[in-house]
Amino acid sequence: MEDILTLFGFGPTGWGGALLKATGMTLSVAACGFVLGSIIGSLVAWAKLRGNGVVRAAANGYTTVLRGIPDLLVIYLFYFGGSALLTSAGRMFGADGFVGVPAFASGAAAIGVISGAYQAEVFRGAFQSVSRGELEAARSVGMRSVLMFRRIVIPQVLRLAMPGLGNVWQLVLKESALISITGLVELLRQSHVAAGSTGRPFEFYILSCVIYFIIAISSTRIFNVVEARMSKGFGRMA
Amino acid sequence: MDMPFMAEAFVSLLRGLPLTLNLAAVSMVAASILAIGLAWLRMSDVAPARATAIGYVSFFRGTPLLVQIFLIYYGLGQFRPTLQAWGLWPFLREPYWCALLALTLNAAAYASEVVRGGLLSVPAAQVEAARAVGMSGLLLYRRIIIPIALRQALPAYGSEIIIMIKSTSLASVITMMEVTGLAAKLIAESFRVIEVFVMAGAIYLAINFMVAQTIAAVERWLSPHLRAAPGSILPSEIAHV
Repeated sequence: MEDILTLFGFGPTGWGGALLKATGMTLSVAACGFVLGSIIGSLVAWAKLRGNGVVRAAANGYTTVLRGIPDLLVIYLFYFGGSALLTSAGRMFGADGFVGVPAFASGAAAIGVISGAYQAEVFRGAFQSVSRGELEAARSVGMRSVLMFRRIVIPQVLRLAMPGLGNVWQLVLKESALISITGLVELLRQSHVAAGSTGRPFEFYILSCVIYFIIAISSTRIFNVVEARMSKGFGRMA
Repeated sequence: MDMPFMAEAFVSLLRGLPLTLNLAAVSMVAASILAIGLAWLRMSDVAPARATAIGYVSFFRGTPLLVQIFLIYYGLGQFRPTLQAWGLWPFLREPYWCALLALTLNAAAYASEVVRGGLLSVPAAQVEAARAVGMSGLLLYRRIIIPIALRQALPAYGSEIIIMIKSTSLASVITMMEVTGLAAKLIAESFRVIEVFVMAGAIYLAINFMVAQTIAAVERWLSPHLRAAPGSILPSEIAHV
């Protein structure tokens, strides 16, 4: 037991500091990917709802494909594809040899593109639940599109999308572990390194499970609080 | 894009398809059995049984699958003497069995909630009616509960199958050469990322499309009461009159 405390502790031989930093990395790559996904998701949802035939077909194709193929493939695409692109760009400027894309950037981009597909469906569903009457009322008092969007649509869509966004965030959190494969030193990668150098894989993987679990539970709490705040003044239907 | 190369990539990726399907099918079947047990524990009247099921489900749903795979593949190696004494070591040193075990344990957590949802959706009145006519135990399950629960759980179960097919790609991280493993190898050898990605993605999309179609067909087959009777007028036709 004492042995474990030294192993996980913050002393000179402990891995505590490194794991804490890696947890921060997990949170930041997940958060960047999630925000990027929100931007992509809202644009795609808009394309699905308001686009013409071609735009709508493209948006539907995007969500179908990204939800139908393994996340790992998308991560490889961004990591190796980005590196291939950078390498050929480097060659144009006379730099010979391999130029790797930073694992953080390619990882956040991959998470963004994957979670964008899920968030698009969440936003679309939420927008469709905004009552038509309210939009009509806004128009009848003379609100123009932008103002109506800011005052009526966004607050309601955000409130209705909150439970779905919470689910997507949990997915993103778990996806971030896959970024470890491209060498980004996030929680899983750091645990892997610690496991290898101490010969105690079981303890370190269990510890990383516990940390992931704590993050998941705390984010559920946070999402619940935000949802409750946003739903002030709306009686529960059931 | 280079067509001959893509055709070549497609053929070599297809060599990983049997392993992908094998991992998905075996772990889905094993997970379904485990899920029924878990759902039964979760709905039992005994508090410790309930708590065990809740703990299991939250653990496996709250942590990434890749960590679970590493925990089993690398972590269990630490207990080699014990595992050898139990005769489990020949299995747990093989990446195939480790991947299968991790996928099964993980999917069982999700599937148990699907099973539970299906069982909860059976109307109490139907069970009561069956009891009133004297059905009990297995007959009640066979004739009333299972058919209704199955029909209700089917769409969610279909999504679980699709998630499982996507999850098998993680087995490539512990050296299994299924479709994603072969794709990563091909990318590393040829550095033609887009072509390989398109081909591998097409294989997964094709499998998932077929799974979705099959589930939809079974759903239709299990819901004869929702189909229009022959010769009846559809609501959409009324609207046009």
